[in-house]
Amino acid sequence: MTIRSLSEEAVWQALARVPDPELPVVSVIDLGMVKSVSVDHRGARVELIPTFLGCPALGWIADKVRAALAEQGFEAEVAFALGVIWDPSRITPDGIDKLRQMGVAVPAKSDAAPVACPYCGARDTDVESLFGPTPCRAVYYCRACRQPFEAMKP
Amino acid sequence: MAREGDMQALDPIIGELALQLGDEELFLGHRDSEWLGLAPEVEEDVAFASMAQDEVRHAAFWYELAEAAGFGQADALAFDRAATERRHAALCARPNGDWAHTVLRHYVYDAWDAVRLASLAESGDALWAQGARRMLREEHYHHLHMEKWVVDLGRAGGEAAARLRAAFEALLPDLPDLAAFAVDPQALFDLGILSRPVAELRRAFVARMAPTLTKAGLPVQDVEDTLAAHPREGPRPVAHHEDAAALLATMNGVRSLGAAVW
Repeated sequence: MTIRSLSEEAVWQALARVPDPELPVVSVIDLGMVKSVSVDHRGARVELIPTFLGCPALGWIADKVRAALAEQGFEAEVAFALGVIWDPSRITPDGIDKLRQMGVAVPAKSDAAPVACPYCGARDTDVESLFGPTPCRAVYYCRACRQPFEAMKP
Repeated sequence: MAREGDMQALDPIIGELALQLGDEELFLGHRDSEWLGLAPEVEEDVAFASMAQDEVRHAAFWYELAEAAGFGQADALAFDRAATERRHAALCARPNGDWAHTVLRHYVYDAWDAVRLASLAESGDALWAQGARRMLREEHYHHLHMEKWVVDLGRAGGEAAARLRAAFEALLPDLPDLAAFAVDPQALFDLGILSRPVAELRRAFVARMAPTLTKAGLPVQDVEDTLAAHPREGPRPVAHHEDAAALLATMNGVRSLGAAVW
């Protein structure tokens, strides 16, 4: 655990208020998109990990991060880090809960079992299409409750 | 997009390779996008739109590398270069055929792209390696999707299998230039950008496709023979530009009106 300075703490608090535009219940922190935060006399620097290179929301998210930090009096530089590859294991436990409540399952990386249905919890599920409404989501079907649902791409 | 990592001393050939990769991803991504509203199932409408989005963004990554190599501004590299200046494999710009042709074309492209990206992921240049590793994760889904379609069409028999076979015959002559480079692959290997020589990449390409083609009832031997007949150990011949010219005219149709803000 690293000790954050007071101003770094303020940056993290501001980031917690930046939602994903497609899944507004979760923040960029919940999604595990924040790689690092640093603060010095010139301002704040935030490194984000893109979920998918082709995600059209990246520019929007960077703008919102800058705006949220401007509200806190920080001039922020936002960079996208390529060295870390995002996958659903970066989503926080809090993020997983919030996503499930809106019907989006999060497959565990180490879990060989089929993903659990976010509505009924059954694992009698199957991939309907690897391509969902956004690059990071796939469409599944639950045979137990006969409900289609979305999951983050495994 | 700001990036971490640094470029090693640039050889112009590396920028040329970035242009080739950009042109191929942009052209195939554009062909993918042409299925929007026309695909045989709503899931395929979504799938092809999603893949188009991935490919076009991958193209942007490569054009940005070419920009960093001093080749000009990325948007201009993508949209303003004439068809005669493009460095794509002919297969990527071919007009869309029927569904079997679309599926098989994407499948062979994804198979070659996966082999090529796996080699670039081991590149001595950190930025190239990082970009390739990211794309491999995204291309994985394209490959799974297309593989399933190829096998399903082949196993369905009847008209589906016949159309798949016709698509195979039509695509076969394009494979030697697909599994090749617009610049000298030996130079790329010597510079450490490619981790393996082109002949090895081609063997990996065939090995990757063999189980799927066999399941779909397509002759792997024909692929091996065709590739062997055209080794392409140096730069491949430049693709005829008619398909690219038509594609660019459509793609730039709105942009050329001049009033749009990009």
